[in-house]
Amino acid sequence: MSSTTNYILGVYDDEDEVLHAVSEVKSKGIKIEDVFTPFPIHGLDRAVGHERTRLPIAAFMFGVLGLTCALSLISYTMVFDWPMIIGGKDFFALPNWIPVSFEGTVLFTAFGLVITFCISNNLYPGNQPDLLDLRITDDKFVMAINVDKNKKVSADDIKKALKDSGAIEVNVK
Amino acid sequence: MSHVVSPIREKLVTGGKSYSDVTHDICKQVEGEPTKEWKWAFGISSIVFIYGAYCLFYTWWQGIGVWGLNKTVGWAWDITNFVWWVGIGHAGTLISAVLLLFRQKWRTSINRSAEAMTIFAVLCAASFILAHMGRPWLAHWALPLPNAFGSLWVNFNSPLVWDVFAISTYLSVSLLFWYMGLVPDLASIRDRATTKGRKFWYGLFSLGWTGSSKTWARYEYMSLILAGISTPLVLSVHTIVSMDFATSVIPGWHTTIFPPYFVAGAIFSGFAMVQTLLLITRVVFKLEDYITIEHIEMMNIVITVTGSVVGIAYLTEFFIAWYSGVEYESYAFINRATGPYWWAYWMMMTCNVISPQLFWSKAIRTNLMVSFFLSIVVNVGMWFERFVIIVTSLHRDYLPSSWAMFSPTMYDIGDYIFSFGLFFTLFFLFAKYLPVVNMAEVKSVMKGVSSNFPEKKKATKKTEE
Repeated sequence: MSSTTNYILGVYDDEDEVLHAVSEVKSKGIKIEDVFTPFPIHGLDRAVGHERTRLPIAAFMFGVLGLTCALSLISYTMVFDWPMIIGGKDFFALPNWIPVSFEGTVLFTAFGLVITFCISNNLYPGNQPDLLDLRITDDKFVMAINVDKNKKVSADDIKKALKDSGAIEVNVK
Repeated sequence: MSHVVSPIREKLVTGGKSYSDVTHDICKQVEGEPTKEWKWAFGISSIVFIYGAYCLFYTWWQGIGVWGLNKTVGWAWDITNFVWWVGIGHAGTLISAVLLLFRQKWRTSINRSAEAMTIFAVLCAASFILAHMGRPWLAHWALPLPNAFGSLWVNFNSPLVWDVFAISTYLSVSLLFWYMGLVPDLASIRDRATTKGRKFWYGLFSLGWTGSSKTWARYEYMSLILAGISTPLVLSVHTIVSMDFATSVIPGWHTTIFPPYFVAGAIFSGFAMVQTLLLITRVVFKLEDYITIEHIEMMNIVITVTGSVVGIAYLTEFFIAWYSGVEYESYAFINRATGPYWWAYWMMMTCNVISPQLFWSKAIRTNLMVSFFLSIVVNVGMWFERFVIIVTSLHRDYLPSSWAMFSPTMYDIGDYIFSFGLFFTLFFLFAKYLPVVNMAEVKSVMKGVSSNFPEKKKATKKTEE
């Protein structure tokens, strides 16, 4: 978030109040940029208007990739590159390959998922975000309203709406 | 979030804590100077670690001939210690993944330290895997890497190779799960930081966390999926460890009951180790309001259940040895209970089958001193279980002229001491420099389940889902 953006921040101190406030503020025609909280609140992302995440689809794809890689490696080495007779069994001994293919699937899913998560949320080592309020990671719930995206509503009306919805503080940043 | 919590439920966090109190209580250990107790504990574990490192170095330098192994008993303390540590390393992921899927909210204040313990225990287990190879610098030969031997590959039909994949996947996925759980809490420390060093290091590892609702929503999906894949993973790891034995043809090892029996034993010993550490941590760091008697009791209940499963497995093994009519199998089991290693067998039976049954009494399972003592007894018993399975099945093989006994040398003992030094040194470093309780998760379960939570906040409003 660039420092040139103007934000009006409503600070709340209770998770149910902020969840309630989101719909109250929205009903007055004010667009909410985002809400920042110290812990996850169920339903808050949908109330703010974010779309449902597609991370589970990504995770599934990575799982399929992991399974494919594991099975390709095993069948290449055990069937094509250097086939060996082990216990008189077929070269293509699929049941014996279940453990390693399973571990490969899990490994790819986990790392793929976490890397996708970090990229989609812009999380990386050394990232120094322009934090709106230092108490967000402690005990405060902050609703951020971008003034530039709310041309139709005056700044004073936004402040009043935040106060009315139960904000304990209204700050400008 | 508005929780619907039955009024008969015990409070998860006591002492009328507010969100800010949680942050303060947990960050206090990280931000303050190390206490005298911590310095002593860390100092002693470092000395143990250094002595153990000398023994391990000597083992690596000289080869495993310095151990007490002989022609008949080719696996003894090395694999016993490996299986013991891997077993202990099962509790953390079980608590954080399986209990997350079952929506057990009491896990929130203990999952962080349990997961840390898991990672350290798996590292200890890995030290024995490396040592028992004899030439640890060739450990990469266990991986399917292109090589100079005419592309000779590893055998993917072998349980030993499955084990390499299972343990390394388990270690890396557990580490990832634990680290992602730490990120929001590291951000809490970053935002409170008063020194430059803390701001830099915790800022670096918190990856620029902002706590936006979108990030949290994705974060919850990510945790759920990681828990979903970690649950079969944790079960697969000890299943595969048991297959190292079960796919062989040694009487006493060649049994189909091994996978579930090993998994139950792993959870049993892991919970006991978590219990031991929690009982110390809650006193040293004054976390009695977060790790309550309720938590201790829950842990003891899990220990009783898994201990009973293990007990039934022991009896089933004995029954099947007789019922199968295989005389070698019957002899292996009679020899365990009445042969020269009878003391190890009865040690295992007493510690693992009888002692956890004491927890049927509420007075015993809510008594801290007894819980602490029994948690150690359980892990002594579980060490003997692995020793019994490995050594007593080997020491009398098919040829009576080669029957032998095993006696450990100072390097067998020293390498075991090394693993304790490593484990406790890492655990104390973790306890000082990282938040020992998952603050974000604890805060999310406080409302409605925390005693004396300010009345105003208890009033639930109609919320849109």
